[in-house]
Amino acid sequence: MSLSISLAINGRQHDVALNDPRVTLLDLLRERLDLPGTKKGCDRGQCGACTVLVDGRRINSCLALAASMDGAEITTIEGLAEGDELHPVQAAFIEHDAFQCGYCTPGQIMSAVGLIKEGMAGDDPERVRELMSGNICRCGAYQGITEAVLEAGRKAAENAQPQTGNPDTGKDAA
Amino acid sequence: MNKSFKPDVNAETVDGGAHVARPHDSAIKHVTGKAIYIDDMAEPAGTLHAYLGLSTRAHARITSMDLARVRAAPGVKLVLTGGDVPGINDISPAGLNDEPVLAEGEVKFYGQPVFCVVAETRHLARKAAQLAQIEYEDLPYATDVVAAIEAGHDHVCTPLTLKRGDVDAGLARAPNRLKGEMRVGGQDHFYLEGHISMAIPGEDDEVTVWASTQHPSEIQHMVGHALGVPSHSVNVQVRRMGGGFGGKETQGNQFAALAAIAAKKLNVPVKIRPDRDDDMSITGKRHDFHIDYDVGYDDDGRILAFDGTFAARCGFSADLSGPVTDRALFHADNCYYYEDVRLASRPMMTNTVSNTAFRGFGGPQGLIGAERVIEEIAYKLGRDPLDIRKINFYGGEGRNLTPYHQTVEDNIIGRIVEELEESSDYQARRKAIVAFNENSPVIRKGIALTPVKFGISFTATWYNQAGALVHVYRDGSLHLNHGGTEMGQGLNTKVAQALAEEFQVDFAMIKITATNTGKVPNTSATAASSGTDLNAMAAVNAARQIKERLVDFASEKYSVPKETIVFEPNRVRVGNQVFSFAEFIDQAYMARVQLSAAGFYKTPKIHWDRATGKGRPFYYYAYGAAVSEVSVDTLTGEYQVDRADILHDVGKSLNPAIDKGQVEGAFIQGMGWLTTEELWWDDKGMLRTHAPSTYKIPLASDRPRIFNVKLADWSENREMTIRRSKAVGEPPFMLPVSVLEAISMAVASIGDYRTCPCLDAPATPERVLMAVERLKAGA
Ligand code: FES
Ligand code: FES
Repeated sequence: MSLSISLAINGRQHDVALNDPRVTLLDLLRERLDLPGTKKGCDRGQCGACTVLVDGRRINSCLALAASMDGAEITTIEGLAEGDELHPVQAAFIEHDAFQCGYCTPGQIMSAVGLIKEGMAGDDPERVRELMSGNICRCGAYQGITEAVLEAGRKAAENAQPQTGNPDTGKDAA
Repeated sequence: MNKSFKPDVNAETVDGGAHVARPHDSAIKHVTGKAIYIDDMAEPAGTLHAYLGLSTRAHARITSMDLARVRAAPGVKLVLTGGDVPGINDISPAGLNDEPVLAEGEVKFYGQPVFCVVAETRHLARKAAQLAQIEYEDLPYATDVVAAIEAGHDHVCTPLTLKRGDVDAGLARAPNRLKGEMRVGGQDHFYLEGHISMAIPGEDDEVTVWASTQHPSEIQHMVGHALGVPSHSVNVQVRRMGGGFGGKETQGNQFAALAAIAAKKLNVPVKIRPDRDDDMSITGKRHDFHIDYDVGYDDDGRILAFDGTFAARCGFSADLSGPVTDRALFHADNCYYYEDVRLASRPMMTNTVSNTAFRGFGGPQGLIGAERVIEEIAYKLGRDPLDIRKINFYGGEGRNLTPYHQTVEDNIIGRIVEELEESSDYQARRKAIVAFNENSPVIRKGIALTPVKFGISFTATWYNQAGALVHVYRDGSLHLNHGGTEMGQGLNTKVAQALAEEFQVDFAMIKITATNTGKVPNTSATAASSGTDLNAMAAVNAARQIKERLVDFASEKYSVPKETIVFEPNRVRVGNQVFSFAEFIDQAYMARVQLSAAGFYKTPKIHWDRATGKGRPFYYYAYGAAVSEVSVDTLTGEYQVDRADILHDVGKSLNPAIDKGQVEGAFIQGMGWLTTEELWWDDKGMLRTHAPSTYKIPLASDRPRIFNVKLADWSENREMTIRRSKAVGEPPFMLPVSVLEAISMAVASIGDYRTCPCLDAPATPERVLMAVERLKAGA
């Protein structure tokens, strides 16, 4: 059985014919679309290594069927930086030594970007830790991860202020 | 040098030399998703995928194995069984021939690989594997260490006994005596990147294997052994691992061997990446221990005689259990002097996966036995355990000899503990906690300060050697290769920093390349925290050889004395002339100076005689201490870590940012081991905790609420290590013993601190609750 979907990944449109309807979004990214930045830690929704944004919301891509992504806008770790310019969350992860082996890092960063967008953690380290707890870091870099998320969150809040009333904000929240 | 990179030849210091906190060399790649792990590499055309068929018995004879349906399944290209191994069907790292690649005739644990399917896709291979029909005849088994002792199981290797003085006389003489036992759980590594190998066949008998391994030379050796070809035909490469923690020291052998066998048989690339559940079921873990102790002490709490037996669940084969249980004994003294002592190991054969290296390598299990004894004495005498610790510290006339007859020469635990006690406000907080507990019926608090002393060097003395390969190119850029492997610990960064410092060139001039058995041969595992100690020294040795040739050349060419030739930041001073490094190197090239060198290092001073239990197995010790404070809900057994303060010794740090990260990460991982991470085998011998849903790894939210981590910045290694630094990977793993003991204190408050709760590890909420109930019943 073949099934066609059309989806935008990091701003680029892809038309994909799926020969197996059970292919996960994670496998589609890694194995079909040459985007191996998103990692597979457990393949069963328990580690967060595969976190990507779907229409701005963070999800475990190992639990999402590619077939259900028709029309979706997806952002992966490969789509955050603009050329050589790192996304503020990426820069904050380097600044705060928020990783060791780096295997959880793409998932942590995507989760952090999603979290900051959700605007639920504010400047509270407890909340950040709680809301980042879907992402295991076996190297235990949680100290740096929390600091990085807090700093990037603060920067995002500062940048958002002068732009209140920006029509884009409404779209993001939807 | 290309246009985009111009080192500053007027700089006062190099960028990225020794002792600076520079980010991990792959930092930008990690945050942009461009760091390549093996599963991210583009697969060569025609790559096939392997999947393992596992036993479903803890111990049984295989009476029949029908794989016809597996072979006939769609996409299947090959099915391997033990008989198909062209060389020797064994990957025992101990050389004991007790660990088959694929089990033949008999299975010895639930989940043991018995066959391997190779198919067009992983999915097809996985589906096909389910079609096997295997009949078993069950044999008796024991999965638990105590059950194995009762069943009279063999040891998987020769046990060790360490002795000093006369322990029986010491025990008989001592005014007080206590006996007890403790169970300490194992731990799954859960490296976030699971095991993986990709083998690419070459011409003749050659094969290249990319493996996620801490020990490429052993993979090379084992693949050669299984294929029946010499080591020179096998090339193993490792760029990086997504975590190792000891779990990739020997456990990658099986996957690499199978991928290589299949690749050679089919003459196509073969990749094997077990699913996480399989990875957790078929790879070895930290050894769980059962510790028996019999201790004599005086009325001040001074330990006079210590008799301890450390029995370990080793699994079905030896693997590294010998050195792991040895190291447990080497750390059963922690920071304490025992006058009369006998320590014995019992490496028990059990019908479980063969346990292996895990950060600390048995040391933590030994150390925790010592700390339990301290705690017991303290509660018996009604004292703060910290007082008992201090009175037993090594130091003073005749109190510096370890049970293995090495003299502790570099003891700084007194200063570490004193500073931490002060900076964490330990005494006042402890008083406040005791007061709090008096008026708090449900929530009880506890606080504990525990020390660590950890011996650095492989106890297998010959392992303490390393090689490096350094090339300087005509444009002044450098190529660095060494025998160590990068698993996140920042080894490559630190070695490159040491090289940058030695040559006085910016870090950016150095390209660190994948570990490759063809570049540096006969390497040791990147383990025992020794990666930087060994490999940075080898890299510096290579640099010095090249520098010596450069100095000879310049002195002759410019007719200046050698002392006037100085390597300054990105430039070289020759008498009163100055050249940029690149210019100088190009001159040397034109004068036909060899600009490449193989460096070598072997750790001095160490020796160890296992038969007599005497020697100096460790070059030096690393020290540290932590204070943890917890709150325990005595109705549910749940707890949280409110605060942890750490002071840790890394000598003169090569990179304080990386070292601090290691200390923090080790603490979190050690806390997991002692609190939430519980391995559970059912009565059939099946591991039930084979995924993070049932096996609870610490999350961001489990981190101590307040977490103050400091490096002892005054410490310098008294031995001539690389720029006087100390190893950091393992020692801080034992700092969270303070968490276990703080929980214990909170529980002890129920019995007015008169009874030691004797909490086993991991102190899961269930165990804490049971201890609470025990104390309530006793009160
Ligand atoms: S790989 Fe998706 S959550 Fe672990
Ligand atoms: S950096 Fe290794 S798992 Fe997070």
